[in-house]
Amino acid sequence: MDAKDILGLPKNSFPGAQEKKTRPQKDSQRKPDGIHREVYALTGGMAPLMPTIEISHLKKRQYSEKEEKISWQWLPFTSSARPDNLQLYHWVRVVNGVPPTGDYSFAKYNKSVDVLKYTDEEYEKHLTDPMWSKEETDQLFDLCKRFDLRFIIIADRFSFPQTRSVEELKNRYYSVTRALLLARAPSSTDVSGHPIVKEPYNMTHEVERKRALSAVLSQTRQQEQKEAEILAEAKQIMESRMASKVNMTLSAEVELPDNQIGNEGAEAAAHDESALPSPNIHLSSSAATPPIATVECTSTPASLRMLRVYLRTHALDQMVQAANSTAGLRTIKRVDQTLQDLGVHLKPKVPTKSVCAEHLELRKEILTLLNLQKQLQNREAEATANRDNTYAEASSTPKRAYRGDAERTIVPDSLGFGGDRVSKRDHKRKVPGRFMDAPPSPPQSKRPRKLKSSDG
Amino acid sequence: MMESRGAQQVDETKKLKDVEISFPVVYGTMAFWLGKKASEYNSHKWTVYVRSATNEDLSVIIKRAVFQLHPSFNNPTRVVDSPPFELSESGWGEFEIAIKLFFHSDVCDKQLELYHQLKLFPEEESGPQSTKKPVVAESYDEIVFYEPTKSFFARVQNHPAAIVPRLPSGLNLPSPAPITHVKKRGDTKDHALSQWFMNFSEADELLKLAAARQQVQAHIAKLRRQLSMIDGMPPQSKATSGQ
Repeated sequence: MDAKDILGLPKNSFPGAQEKKTRPQKDSQRKPDGIHREVYALTGGMAPLMPTIEISHLKKRQYSEKEEKISWQWLPFTSSARPDNLQLYHWVRVVNGVPPTGDYSFAKYNKSVDVLKYTDEEYEKHLTDPMWSKEETDQLFDLCKRFDLRFIIIADRFSFPQTRSVEELKNRYYSVTRALLLARAPSSTDVSGHPIVKEPYNMTHEVERKRALSAVLSQTRQQEQKEAEILAEAKQIMESRMASKVNMTLSAEVELPDNQIGNEGAEAAAHDESALPSPNIHLSSSAATPPIATVECTSTPASLRMLRVYLRTHALDQMVQAANSTAGLRTIKRVDQTLQDLGVHLKPKVPTKSVCAEHLELRKEILTLLNLQKQLQNREAEATANRDNTYAEASSTPKRAYRGDAERTIVPDSLGFGGDRVSKRDHKRKVPGRFMDAPPSPPQSKRPRKLKSSDG
Repeated sequence: MMESRGAQQVDETKKLKDVEISFPVVYGTMAFWLGKKASEYNSHKWTVYVRSATNEDLSVIIKRAVFQLHPSFNNPTRVVDSPPFELSESGWGEFEIAIKLFFHSDVCDKQLELYHQLKLFPEEESGPQSTKKPVVAESYDEIVFYEPTKSFFARVQNHPAAIVPRLPSGLNLPSPAPITHVKKRGDTKDHALSQWFMNFSEADELLKLAAARQQVQAHIAKLRRQLSMIDGMPPQSKATSGQ
């Protein structure tokens, strides 16, 4: 009936009772003097090996070190930053009975903006504006003075019923200041260095800029992602166009519409920005492209044309890179290896125009060669995959026959280029078990024989 | 985009389209072992230079050459404003020298940089060094000016240092400027070190390249034949399915 009986547990097995007895004993043993138990426990319950602070030190040092007598006094002070003569009080550190002298230490931070004050005459002569009444302008300037050109606040406090935007207020303030400066200056050159004279406030630009900024700020994450994607795409398109243009110019045929590259870049970049940047991009791209238009006669890629002056070796490097751009690293290494085997320097020793042209052509031909080899291998692999399904022995020989030819060209290293018989011997060594009864005859004669035997 | 190539105005700053002028140059170093006079920190005297490949006067295009030496040299930036564009020094270590070429204003406003590793010690362990025979390290290259201005072209079209292409007919160029008499010779034909200058002949390289191309082309043709035969073959699976 009892749960404990069922479970087979002993009756008085509650361990808590036992622990309670032992715990207080332990703790009373450990409690040290001087610091609280918990703090002591922080150190891991053991006294530190070296005493860190000596209590005697804490009380001694403060006074006896310094020679001077320091006291703190509650004294009145004035600040030059205050327009009135209000006397306030604060605690002052007095050294040897001498209170500190000088202005209130924070008075130097009381800076304000130089807002010009115009007379009524000046207003009549230079500063009238159809959109602004004198009262409004006066109030504006008063607010500017009070609030140190903090236009957000000024816009808020501006009391006239015609609600002016921050940009309108700024526009009025800056144009008035500018006109005032120009009018007051003895000659126009004196003030020409002043920033507002050099670069007057452009309200439309500012409005546009703020609109664009808020548009960017309020983009949803989706829009951000879309933009990033579009920019990446545009970049890719431009790069692929540059690469294809290089290839095209090298084969010297088509007149590429370079302006499109500029336009595409401009479109992508000016995606949601204000109207101003995009006409600029447009202009600069169209200005840059006229010299590049017709490419029939030269084989100079766009990047070199831009340079105006370059070294022939540098030009060759660029063109080699462009030609290698479609190839993988392994292929590039194979091209270099082939060049070496042919006894050609990887970088010509005498890079004249014709030497560079020949070198480039050679590289391209080697690339073609390697591509063809790969194609051939693939076709063979396909062919043998078909045949292996049906034939046991005979299928091997055609595989070997073709591979022999291909391998002859792939492995030129110590054998040199085009050593037919020698490489065939190698080939035999590689495939010991098979027989190769036919001499190295051209493939045409082999194949009909093979077919005949298979049909038979 | 239509560009009328034929309409060339008589404008001195107009660029000649699709035209390039190149100047073959050789740059490098020559180092002499100091022999008995060599000390631990001064074992070789050497000269770094840029010269025309045919030893003509390069000041026709080069206004100034700045040689940037190892920082351990005093005033490591050495400026040479007149031909021959070279600099001699002495030292004990090999390092990379940067040569910056500044061109005359009508030539190009961009500079060109060349880099060369100073070589003091000969390649093979050829026994004791000689004080008479220098260790020469030279590189051949060509400075190419793409689409030069008319005035520049006119100025150099007859200069022996330049390789100038034949212009397409119909271009009116001002008559070539008369070669002004220079007081100091800027060419390196009779240079003190000219006996050691290397010879660069494109003929060898062209021959090798032509031979290589022929080989490669032959292989390509062979592979193409093979490929076309495989492609022409009837697929084996169909023929053997009957078995």
